[in-house]
Amino acid sequence: MIQATEFDIDTEKGNFRFDTDYAFDAGVGLNPDVVRYISNVKEEKEWILNFRLKALETFLKKPLPTHWATDDLKNINFDVIRYYLAKGQKPSRSWDDVPDDVKNTFERLGIPEQERKFLAGVEAQFDSEAAYSNMKEGLEKEGVIFVGPTEGLRDHPEVFKKWFGKVIPTSDNKFSALNSAVFSGGSFIYIPPGVKLKQPLQAYFRINAENFGQFERTLIIADEGSEVTYMEGCTAPKFETSTLHSAVVELVALKGSKIQYITVQNWSNNVYNLVTKRAMAEEEAEVRWIDCNIGSRLTMKYPGVILRGRKARGEVLSIALANSGQHQDTGAKMVHAAEETSSNIIAKSISIGTGRSSYRGLVRMPKHLKNCKNNTECDALLINSDSQTDTYPAITVQGEGNSVQHEATVSKVSADQIFYMQQRGLSEGEAMSLCVNGFVNDLIREFPMEYSVELKRLIDMEMEGSVG
Amino acid sequence: MNTLQIKNLSASIADKQILKELCLEIPQGEVHAIMGPNGSGKSTLSKVLAGHPDYEVTNGEALMNGVNILGQDADEIARSGLFLAFQYPVEVAGVSIANFIRAALQARLPDGESIKAVDYYKDLYVQMDELGMDRKFTSRSLNDGFSGGEKKRCEILQMSMLQPQYCILDETDSGLDIDALRIVSAGVNRMRSKDRGFLVITHYQRLLEYIVPDVVHVMWDGKIVRSGDKSLALELEAKGYDWIKEEIAA
Repeated sequence: MIQATEFDIDTEKGNFRFDTDYAFDAGVGLNPDVVRYISNVKEEKEWILNFRLKALETFLKKPLPTHWATDDLKNINFDVIRYYLAKGQKPSRSWDDVPDDVKNTFERLGIPEQERKFLAGVEAQFDSEAAYSNMKEGLEKEGVIFVGPTEGLRDHPEVFKKWFGKVIPTSDNKFSALNSAVFSGGSFIYIPPGVKLKQPLQAYFRINAENFGQFERTLIIADEGSEVTYMEGCTAPKFETSTLHSAVVELVALKGSKIQYITVQNWSNNVYNLVTKRAMAEEEAEVRWIDCNIGSRLTMKYPGVILRGRKARGEVLSIALANSGQHQDTGAKMVHAAEETSSNIIAKSISIGTGRSSYRGLVRMPKHLKNCKNNTECDALLINSDSQTDTYPAITVQGEGNSVQHEATVSKVSADQIFYMQQRGLSEGEAMSLCVNGFVNDLIREFPMEYSVELKRLIDMEMEGSVG
Repeated sequence: MNTLQIKNLSASIADKQILKELCLEIPQGEVHAIMGPNGSGKSTLSKVLAGHPDYEVTNGEALMNGVNILGQDADEIARSGLFLAFQYPVEVAGVSIANFIRAALQARLPDGESIKAVDYYKDLYVQMDELGMDRKFTSRSLNDGFSGGEKKRCEILQMSMLQPQYCILDETDSGLDIDALRIVSAGVNRMRSKDRGFLVITHYQRLLEYIVPDVVHVMWDGKIVRSGDKSLALELEAKGYDWIKEEIAA
């Protein structure tokens, strides 16, 4: 694995320093010049530069949301972060053309192997830019677009410009504004009407440099009657200092389409993972977020669906695992904006050691709508006596014939359970692991197989060493 | 050597002494029963032998085939061949019986080896058929929402799958109707062999009609106060425990 020490960057000095390993480096700290630098490297049109500069103003103006969120946000030092680092190569379509150090990283993470096995397309991002991007033959002919935002906005403006920044406006929150100012990398996907992808598209995000911020931007448009599953994974090496990951993900599900978006977040536990994810579902469209948060120091993420068309359906299935030193602040938002829309939220969290998990849910059904339904279940499992969990549901239901169900439980793994399982020969760690897997089992069953196996493995790894 | 030998065992919980220099030996091939009134320390004995962390051993040894198991972790003791059928089996939501037993078997294998699923399910189904358990049971969560009889059957199923050398049955008859008692007892009797020792803890002589012991011990105030053959159980049933109390006092 490549270590951060290979890069000799003087954090005191700052701006626009070139580096032998990175052809492009926007330097340390954030100001309009950094934004111009990024935009210039990408040879962007002026409207995008202006979009970025305006976003920077918004970011600087907005306070941190510490009036409701954790004070740990104050520990982010925006002045020491590097906002853009790239090798200056175009994403390769063959792994053979990916530079060795980068390729070895992804090999080790098993990405090329997964691609061969079960994926329709892969994009692998290394720090700020994709190193690899490829799609199975034939999909391009069908009109499927799977590129990064730079290519998306440059080569297919007629497709993407209309929706870019529309589901999540720049000013939605401080971090969506930050992303809008410095975004780089991510996936821009368009699925033409009626095209149903049988295999998932995948993006893998790798942070490699210390004191770095990754700000990918994703926009997926599923045209009428189309279907797509998108999966993302992410990792970073463990550094001494904290790292920032702040993405914006917008989904547009047009009439009768289906989007399934799966995340397995496994950042190292010094990463601030502050992500805004939202979907718009038109008539009879279905959007399902599967959101698993295992890693990071602090995650704040509440995937949402705006149910804009009649009979649209939204779903969030969320699993969060907070070990000592971690705070998983996750949840879901369902905004019902048309009649007969339905939504389902199932959130399960596990707190280990001094880990803390918080659930925040927002469900809104305005007065003029009829026959909307929401079901929310949130269950927390506490492993140790100082593990922490909290729940903040915000449900507003007006109007006739709308229904909401909300269920919340908190349970603990008891000493009796552990002794019972140990008496059958399982170690304390194995017993804990089995309890935790049992707790999330019914939810994991809903996941695509490859991801449920991966998730189970990650849970086992987290539970090892969490006891004793 | 093939014996479970308990020597001068004293143990306490929260500074209250429960076991007092208890001596007992269960050789493989024999079934021993312990009877005694409430509070005499019967369940404590089973938990101490199984390595429950809440109990403090203050004196003595428990030699399983010559190796002292006191002080070992519960899972280590279990893997070396001691099984405890719980009086109150614990519920674990979301963990299916099939996965649980498989994990327990897996834990006994060396690193790198794994259970063959086909063979495993074949064995499991044979044992379930013997215990009159529906196949649907395999996917039910461990003890979750089970009736008393189902829980005890599930204990015996685990015991028969894990094939321990020493089995302790803690009040396995409690909460069983007569039909369940028969099935559970038959399950235990099938497992009786020269390579296995049993310690059956019970309040009532009734269970011992089905699982006929070789030796019956009476426990009182943390130690074994009398041992005899199966007729001792009948005598206790007829006279009650007061008779023993009076004898000890005398």
